[in-house]
Amino acid sequence: MDMKVAKKKLALKEKYKLLTRDLGWEPSYQKKDDIYPYIKYEGIKIHDWDKWEDPFRLTMDSYWKYQAEKERKFYAIIDAHAQNNGHLNITDARYLSALKIFLQAISPGEYAAGKGFARTGREFPGVGTQVACQMQSIDEIRHAQTQIHALSNYNKFYNGFHAFADARDRMWYCTLPRSFFDDAMSSGPFEFMIAIGFSFEYVLTNLLFVPFMSGAAYNGDMATVTFGFSAQSDEARHMTLGLECIKFMLEQDPDNLPIVQNWIDKWFWRGFRLLGVVGTMMDYMLPKRVMSWREAFEIYGIENGGALFNDLARYGIRPPRGWDDAGKALDHMSHQFMLALYQYNFGTAFHTDIPTEEDMAWLDKKYPTTFNKYYRPRWEHIRKLKEAGTPYKNMGLAKLCQTCQIPTVFTEPDDPTQLTIREVDYKGDKYHFCSEGCQHIFENEPEKYIQAVLPMPQLFQAPLSGDLVAWMNWVGLQNGKDNGDYFGSEDQKNFDAWRDLATRNV
Amino acid sequence: MQIDLRTVSIEPLRQTFDHLARRFGNKPASRYQEGSYDIQATENLHYRPTWDPDQLIYDASITRIVMQDWYALKDPRQFYYNNYTLARARQQETTEANFTFVETRGLADAIPDDLRQTVLDLLVPLRHAAWGANMNNTLVCGYGYAAIFTQACMFHAMDNLGIAQYLSRIGLLLGDVEALEAGKTDWLESEVWQPLRRYVEDTLVIRDPFELYVAQNVALDGLLYPLVYEQLIDGDLSPRGASAVAMLTQFMRDWYEETRKWIDAVIKTAAAESPANRAVLEEWTTHWTQRAADALLPIVRQANAEQAETMLAEEVTALKARLKKTGIEI
Repeated sequence: MDMKVAKKKLALKEKYKLLTRDLGWEPSYQKKDDIYPYIKYEGIKIHDWDKWEDPFRLTMDSYWKYQAEKERKFYAIIDAHAQNNGHLNITDARYLSALKIFLQAISPGEYAAGKGFARTGREFPGVGTQVACQMQSIDEIRHAQTQIHALSNYNKFYNGFHAFADARDRMWYCTLPRSFFDDAMSSGPFEFMIAIGFSFEYVLTNLLFVPFMSGAAYNGDMATVTFGFSAQSDEARHMTLGLECIKFMLEQDPDNLPIVQNWIDKWFWRGFRLLGVVGTMMDYMLPKRVMSWREAFEIYGIENGGALFNDLARYGIRPPRGWDDAGKALDHMSHQFMLALYQYNFGTAFHTDIPTEEDMAWLDKKYPTTFNKYYRPRWEHIRKLKEAGTPYKNMGLAKLCQTCQIPTVFTEPDDPTQLTIREVDYKGDKYHFCSEGCQHIFENEPEKYIQAVLPMPQLFQAPLSGDLVAWMNWVGLQNGKDNGDYFGSEDQKNFDAWRDLATRNV
Repeated sequence: MQIDLRTVSIEPLRQTFDHLARRFGNKPASRYQEGSYDIQATENLHYRPTWDPDQLIYDASITRIVMQDWYALKDPRQFYYNNYTLARARQQETTEANFTFVETRGLADAIPDDLRQTVLDLLVPLRHAAWGANMNNTLVCGYGYAAIFTQACMFHAMDNLGIAQYLSRIGLLLGDVEALEAGKTDWLESEVWQPLRRYVEDTLVIRDPFELYVAQNVALDGLLYPLVYEQLIDGDLSPRGASAVAMLTQFMRDWYEETRKWIDAVIKTAAAESPANRAVLEEWTTHWTQRAADALLPIVRQANAEQAETMLAEEVTALKARLKKTGIEI
C-alpha cells in the first residue's frame, strides 16, 4: 500500500482566501459594470480589490457555531427574566423611558443597517468585502430581533412600547433616527460604509452601547444588559470592518481622500446629533446614573476618537469638521434637548419629568459651569408652574432642522444664551437648521435634503389636518398612558404596586 | 411537592405589540412573529436613493410580482435569527464529524483514482456556482420587500456561502489546492461548464428580486441539487466506491430538503395572490428552467455519459410536478 502523502498544511490566511475570495472570478458573459452598477458614481476609485485585508477570518461553519452559543445563552437569560418578573428588579420604572426610546428609535435602525449591509454585500466587487458585509447584515438582523425579544416582556406590563413599529414611521421624534438611517440607505455603497460601518459602528457605537448597557446594569435591567453584551462581540467584528473599509478606500487612490473626508465630516455631525438622545437618557432618565453624557463623551468620543483621528492623520484625514463645535456643545446639549422633550411630552410615547432636587444637585456636580447658571432656573420655573396647576406645555409646533430633524433648540457654540438660527433659501423655499453643521450638510446635497419628510408640516396636511387626537391615533399614542410626566403615570402606579407585592407582605 | 418560583403573579396589561395584535389578535406572539412582521420601514421614507432615483429606499414595485401584503410570504420553518443559527450549528457539527470521520480513516484515499477525479470534476467548480447563489440571495435580501421574506433570503445566502466553503474543503481534502485550481480553470474555460457559468453571470445582472429568486432558487438549484447530490452522488458515484463523498455532502442534501419547503411556500403564496402573478411566475419558471436544464446537461454528462439525459429528464419532470403543487404549470 502506498504511503499516505501528508497534505500541505495551509496557513489560516491562505485557507480563508481559498474559502472566500477565490470563489469569485472575472466575468466574461456579462460586463462587470452591469454586475456592479453602483460602484463608480460616488467617485471613489478602487484599483485592486485584492488589496482588501479581511478584517476577520470567519468561515460560515465557525460563524454558526459561535453565534449559536451566544444565542443559547441570550435566550436562556431573557426567558428566565420574563418568568421571574425580572422587570420588578429595576430601580424604578422611570428608567423604562430609555428602553422605550431605544425600541422606537434604535432597533428599527438595526434592521435598516442589516438591509443596507445586504446591499453593500452585493454591490462591492471584492468577495472578501462582500462576505464581511454579509456577515454584518445577518448580525444586524440578529440585533433587531434580540432587542425586540428582550423588550417584549416589558411591553406586556408597561406603556409606551406597544406601538414601536408605528412610531418608527410616524412619530415626530423618530424621524431623527429614521432620517439618519434613510440618509445612509439612500447613499451609495461607499458612503454607506463610512456612515454606518465607520462613523456609527466605529466612532459612535461605544457612546451608544457602553453608557446604555452600563445604565441598564446600574438600574437592574438584566434583559437589556444581556442583549448589549451579546451584541458587543458582534460589534467588535463590525468595528474592524468599518476601520478596514476606510483604510482601504484611502490607500487605493489619493483622489479618494477629499470624498472620504467630506463623508466623515457629514456623518460625524449627523451621529453626534443622533446620539444627543443618549445624552438626555444618561443625564435625565436613569434613576441611578452611571456617568454624565459629558464624561461619556470625553472618554469614548474625545479620547478614543482623538486617538483614531491621530491614527488616520497619516492618510491626510483631519478630525471631523464639527469636532470643536461638538466639544463646545457638551455642557449644553442634553439639557437643551431634554427641555425640548419635556415641553412636548404630551406627544412622546415615553415619560419625562421635572428633575428632582436630588437630580439637580447631581447635574450641577457634573456640569458645574452650566447647569445651575442656565438650566436649573428653567427647571425650577417649570416646577413652579406645575405646582401652581398651570403646567408648562408647549402646544405650538416645533421648528425642525431640515437635516437632523431635531427641533431647533440648540444655542450658538460660543454663546449659550443665543439660539442658533440658520436659514437657507433654496429654489424659492426657506429651510431651517439647528446648527452650522446641519446647514453645511444641506448645502452639500440640497436636492437630497429638500425631500425630507417633516412631521410638523405633515400634521397640518390631510388627512390629519391639524387634529391632535387623530394624530395620536395615527402614531399609536394612547393619551394619558404613554405620554406625559412620569410621576403620577400608570407605569409608576403599577410598578410601585407590583414591587410592593414582590417585596412586602401586603 | 411543588415550589412556586414566581413570587408575584401579576396580570399583564397587554399580550403583544400593536402591529401584531392587528394581525393576529391580542394574544402572545411567537418570537418568529415578533422578529419578522412589520419591522421594515414602510412609510415616510425620507430620500430617494442616489444610486437610482427612480426607486424608493424600500420599493415593492421594482419586481413584477404584486402582493397586497408582502408579509404573506412567511416561512413554514418559522426561521428567525435564533432558530436558524441553532439549526445550522447542529448541521455544522454533523458535517464536521463527517469530515473528521472521512479524514481520520483515510476514506478519501480509498476512493479509486478515476472515481475521485470524477467527483472533483463534478463538485469543485460548483463552489463558484454556489458563490453566485450567495450573491443572488444577498441581492434579494437587500432589495426585496418585507422582513419576513428578505431575512430568509439572507439566511439562504449565508447557506450558499457555507456550501461553497464545504465544496472547497471537499476539493482540498480529495485533491489539495491543485484541485481547486483545476476546478476554477474548468469553470472559466472548459466547454462543459460554460453554459452554467453563462447562466450564473446572466442572473447576476437581474435586478427584479423576485425573478432572481425564481432563476436561482427555483430553476437552477431546483434541478442542480437533486441531480448532483441525489442522482449522481447517491445514485451513481456512491455505489461505485465514493460513499465517503456522500458523507461529505450530507449537508447539501439535508439543506435542499429543508429549504425547498420554504421556497415552495413562497412561490405558492405569490402565485395564489393573483392570476397576473401566476402568469409572471409561469413565464419566469418556463424560461429559467429550460435554461438551467440546458446548462446542467453537459455537467451531468461528464459524470455519467450514458444516463445523463434520463437523469435530467427525470428531474425536470420532478420539478414540474413540484411546481404544479404550488400552482405553477410549465
